[in-house]
Amino acid sequence: MDKNQSRRQVRLMRQSLFDQGFLDEQFIQLEELQDDSNPNFVEEIATSYYRDSYRSLQAIELALEKTPRDFSKLDSYMHQFKGSSSSIGAKKVKAECQQFREYCDAGNGEGCMRTFQALKKEHATLKKRLEAYFQMARQAGPIEAACRPK
Amino acid sequence: MDSSFSSPRNDSFPAGLRVLVVDDDPTWLKILEKMLKKCSYEVTTCGLARDALNLLREKKDGYDIVVSDVNMPDMDGFKLLEHVGLEMDLPVIMMSVDGETSRVMKGVQHGACDYLLKPIRMKELRNIWQHVFRKKIHEIRDIESHESIEGIQLIRNGSDQYDEGYFFSAEDLASSRKRKDVDSKYDDKDFSDCSSTKKARVVWSVDLHQKFVKAVHQIGFDKVGPKKILDLMNVPWLTRENVASHLQKYRLYLSRLQKENDIKSSFGGTKHSDYSSKDLQGILSVQNSINIQQNDVAHGSYRFSGNNLVAQNADPKSNEGDIKGIVSEPVAEPKKGTTGNIPDSQKTRSSQMDFNSSYAETKKGLVGNVPDSQKIRSSQMRVNHSFASVESEVNLTAFDSTIPATYSWNQIQLEKEHKPLIQLNNGFSKPLLPGPQHHFQADQLQSIPSISSRPSIPGGDVTGSSKSKPSYSEYTNHHGSRVSPTISPTISATDSFPGQTKSCVVDHQVSETISTSTSNMKNQGINLSTDLESAHRNLILGSTSPFASLDDEFQICWYQGDCYGMNLELQNVEFSEYTDPTHVTEVPAHLYDALRFEYPCDPSEYSVLDQGLFIA
Repeated sequence: MDKNQSRRQVRLMRQSLFDQGFLDEQFIQLEELQDDSNPNFVEEIATSYYRDSYRSLQAIELALEKTPRDFSKLDSYMHQFKGSSSSIGAKKVKAECQQFREYCDAGNGEGCMRTFQALKKEHATLKKRLEAYFQMARQAGPIEAACRPK
Repeated sequence: MDSSFSSPRNDSFPAGLRVLVVDDDPTWLKILEKMLKKCSYEVTTCGLARDALNLLREKKDGYDIVVSDVNMPDMDGFKLLEHVGLEMDLPVIMMSVDGETSRVMKGVQHGACDYLLKPIRMKELRNIWQHVFRKKIHEIRDIESHESIEGIQLIRNGSDQYDEGYFFSAEDLASSRKRKDVDSKYDDKDFSDCSSTKKARVVWSVDLHQKFVKAVHQIGFDKVGPKKILDLMNVPWLTRENVASHLQKYRLYLSRLQKENDIKSSFGGTKHSDYSSKDLQGILSVQNSINIQQNDVAHGSYRFSGNNLVAQNADPKSNEGDIKGIVSEPVAEPKKGTTGNIPDSQKTRSSQMDFNSSYAETKKGLVGNVPDSQKIRSSQMRVNHSFASVESEVNLTAFDSTIPATYSWNQIQLEKEHKPLIQLNNGFSKPLLPGPQHHFQADQLQSIPSISSRPSIPGGDVTGSSKSKPSYSEYTNHHGSRVSPTISPTISATDSFPGQTKSCVVDHQVSETISTSTSNMKNQGINLSTDLESAHRNLILGSTSPFASLDDEFQICWYQGDCYGMNLELQNVEFSEYTDPTHVTEVPAHLYDALRFEYPCDPSEYSVLDQGLFIA
């Protein structure tokens, strides 16, 4: 794929991430922060997010398995996770977080479990999409500028 | 990280604004750092609240604004907010992914300048400089009105002409308001003027606060109500609204202390993050008593910084805690309170001489009781005035009876509940014993522990055990002579400031300086002053930027106030200072510290203290 095609590809990938609701405007904020001194800023942030969130998810998983369930603790973990997810604009993930918290408030353990599974799925999906996107962006070259909105 | 005192952003404000970002989420920390850098700000990041506090304490004037997340593992964001407000009087912006009204309200209640919701836009961060600017303006205003600079000089010279303005720099907003009030009060207008003036700010001096606390206790905390309190207090110029709002703050303070006490109970250990209000109260009360005596109740408006300071009878809970609480209380209370308080104290102090007259008048209103003792003190206390006022209020109760009994306030305090306070007094004499305790600052949180250590001193310490607590010691010694112990003990704290940022740890230093200077018990207030002066000097010297330094110094004083207990760190840190008997030139300083936050005990010391106070 030549450069132009690559770039076009990157643009499309990026656009679909937004169109399909994976990302919200926070992602654009990150893109705007990217500059010469931090040419891979967005990717760095995404990497950092995935590294930290992975740990959080594990903690939540463990807490969910405990019985009786400590909903307030779960809620606080999720609150933390939601905040973290908001950092990259992970829209779908955030929505699941919100749902999870609602179930916590209601003391609905089953609901929490289900939502948590959905959340992990969204989390993993976004990760794949982002990885592919960043890889393509790197291939397309710096001009792509992390897909600055055209 | 940041540069020293001088504000970096002189020319190109807001560029170069020194921001400290605190967030346990590393991803957000990176993002915020990048965003702030894009705004041309100087950024320092921190993943833990404790680290942040340490950084802030190390460099009193190293930062212009703090941006902190609400949910953090090691410390509640609100607590951090309180601490910063009390100790450093910096604008704090809270952040959270949670935008619930109740949370936002809590943030504002605790003194946050702003509350941002995550995800945060860069444009929101771009504008944070306005909070810094606003504070500066207020400071300037305060200072101008109080001629702080001159005041400082005066204080240094032991002249009690402590300008309130001096404190202003430290206090800033909070104090500015107070100052205005104080100013008016200062002019012998008394509070009556204030009260008559619509929305005139009431300065809750130590004395006044003490009365308040006394009334609350009499009524019974459960059944308390503004009207009842007002009636009991019998302060003509005070309005029901004044009491109501003060009660609200007091409640907040107490609940914080409650939690704190549970955790900390002892001085030493308690980290007073919440400054148990009780402690503060206790401390304050003690201090107040001390102050009052000296200052003639220097401005009743002595706003104890935490209002609570006012003779709050430190909750019986750990004495230390009380002290802490006291100290912290004021601090905890609107940060401003502390800052503001100090100013008051300062004013009182500096004007001790002036104050004495004006204060006495105002105080009279407040104190009522103390008049004689206070007057005596007032002369001494000039500096202490401010403190005294606060304390006097506190002490008033104590003093009145005890006035001659130097310790009276200690005792009173103790009676109140502040058992710890008494200790303070006593401890003060010793206070500073822990001398090396200076760590007030260091521990700020820990200061409490130091206090605890000190508290043991009670009674004996005051007598001047280590110079540091001169005030106390004086107190004890002078029991007979007067309690008016120069609030200096607190002032000594200021000495500790060695130059400015000395963060509380200065205890020793200060106390020593102070203690030496304060040799007179009688002048106890003076003792404090000496210390204060030294502290003050340190402050002055230390601070490069006039305002900044002042603030810092004050803060430092506070901290350093080891003597003072300024450790106000909010926690009881102040106490640690107290424990510095050596420092104690102001002995009561410990108490004062708590109370003092704002008021450096002795006039001479006050200057020092004041300085220290502001720092908080």
